[in-house]
Amino acid sequence: MVRESFEQSLKELQDKIKEMGELTVSMLDKSFLALKGQDMEAALRVIEDDREVNELEEEINHMAVWLIVKEQPVARDLRMIIGVLKISSEIERLADFAVNIAKATIVIGNEEPLMDISELEAMKGICMTMLEKSFESFFEGDLALAKEVGSMDDEMDERSDNFYKTTIKYLSEHPQQSNQIVQLLFVNRYLERVADHITNIAESAAYLIKGRIYDLN
Amino acid sequence: MSIAMLDWKPVFADKVPEKKTKISVKNLNLFYGEKQALYEVSIDIKENEITALIGPSGCGKSTFLRTLNRMNDLIDNVKISGSIVIDGEDIYKSNDVIKLRTKVGMVFQKPNLFPMSIYDNVAYGPRMHGLRNKKKLDEIVEESLRGAAIWDEVKDRLKSSALGLSGGQQQRVCIARAIAMKPDVILMDEPTSALDPISTLKIEELLVQMKKDYTIVIVTHNMQQAARVSDRTAFFLNGELVEFDVTSKIFSTPSDKRTEDYITGRFG
Repeated sequence: MVRESFEQSLKELQDKIKEMGELTVSMLDKSFLALKGQDMEAALRVIEDDREVNELEEEINHMAVWLIVKEQPVARDLRMIIGVLKISSEIERLADFAVNIAKATIVIGNEEPLMDISELEAMKGICMTMLEKSFESFFEGDLALAKEVGSMDDEMDERSDNFYKTTIKYLSEHPQQSNQIVQLLFVNRYLERVADHITNIAESAAYLIKGRIYDLN
Repeated sequence: MSIAMLDWKPVFADKVPEKKTKISVKNLNLFYGEKQALYEVSIDIKENEITALIGPSGCGKSTFLRTLNRMNDLIDNVKISGSIVIDGEDIYKSNDVIKLRTKVGMVFQKPNLFPMSIYDNVAYGPRMHGLRNKKKLDEIVEESLRGAAIWDEVKDRLKSSALGLSGGQQQRVCIARAIAMKPDVILMDEPTSALDPISTLKIEELLVQMKKDYTIVIVTHNMQQAARVSDRTAFFLNGELVEFDVTSKIFSTPSDKRTEDYITGRFG
């Protein structure tokens, strides 16, 4: 192998972004559990986790910039590094949405029981699958998976729209629950945005694989 | 939206304006005795563009460059088949090599100035072609040195020995000497490999300025140089032209795996 140390550095960069991704998945999961269980302490722990994600993003940026300077990468190597840079900023936004969900949990509090959020939970499940597919697409070079993510984003938009309509109707019938309903509408919006950012990750995967810029949104 | 419905057309694609072909090479084969050095090379070199030839040592890129002004004629036992047409004329069917080399100038790896003054070096070619008029020669020398972006540095020492200049300056005087013959095409065989980084960047800037007047073909081992200066890049390997495309395409999304392996340093 001619460029063994460069290969090693690229692998380290990929491991870092995977670590950042896993941490964010866990934050989204925890924030949702906190919401469902109306657990303030768990919500606060999610907010604390965000610092680690931000640090990882900074570390990845430093590594990527230094690799570009040192190795003057071209072709697939360059696209991989650019892809990791772009994905790191998308993941950082995903973590922010997990924090937002945690904050909504705190605002809802636990004075009144929570309305049925199974639809939001299902949407969160779709986001997790999308994230898994977009990462697999990026690391395994599977273009078909990136395309699937684009289609799933369309489904998310539709579900989010439906949830908004039914919830607004529910709000008019249950005005006394307006505090939690408004917060849940925010959560609905956050999940829709989460799906958009994951779709951007799939676009980075498509760029890595084909060297072309695609619009999947 | 189903997957099949997604339109997977790229938002952005590499584009370079189409230019006229200056040099058209078809099925070029070259043998040094029994050993074949070029295999069926076909390539269209565009006018007023910089074409970079890249590839590992011994891949045939310099051999190819030298076929463009018949420098290989100077080597014994060289056999060539195929055609090289410049401005509609097959250069291997004409016997006027002097005329060809006037039209197709060359700059080598190391500055190879004559041990004479800067002025005489640049005026050498025109004088050899019989030009004696002092005023006319003065004009050509100034124009050529300006064209090679060295006039301001040497205008007060034109009568001093050219060998007293720095390597980078000497190489620019070599370019001026090539320009003085008013060529259409300039061939460059690793013109900056013996120069420091600043002199290299000066030559690169110069090449980019020069392409509006000349068609330039450059052999380089410096991949960043090829990416920085050239419009199109040809990758040679074992005497074959593996890939020839717009430079931004070659360095971002090459079509051939061998090209990708070479430019990313995973070759061999």
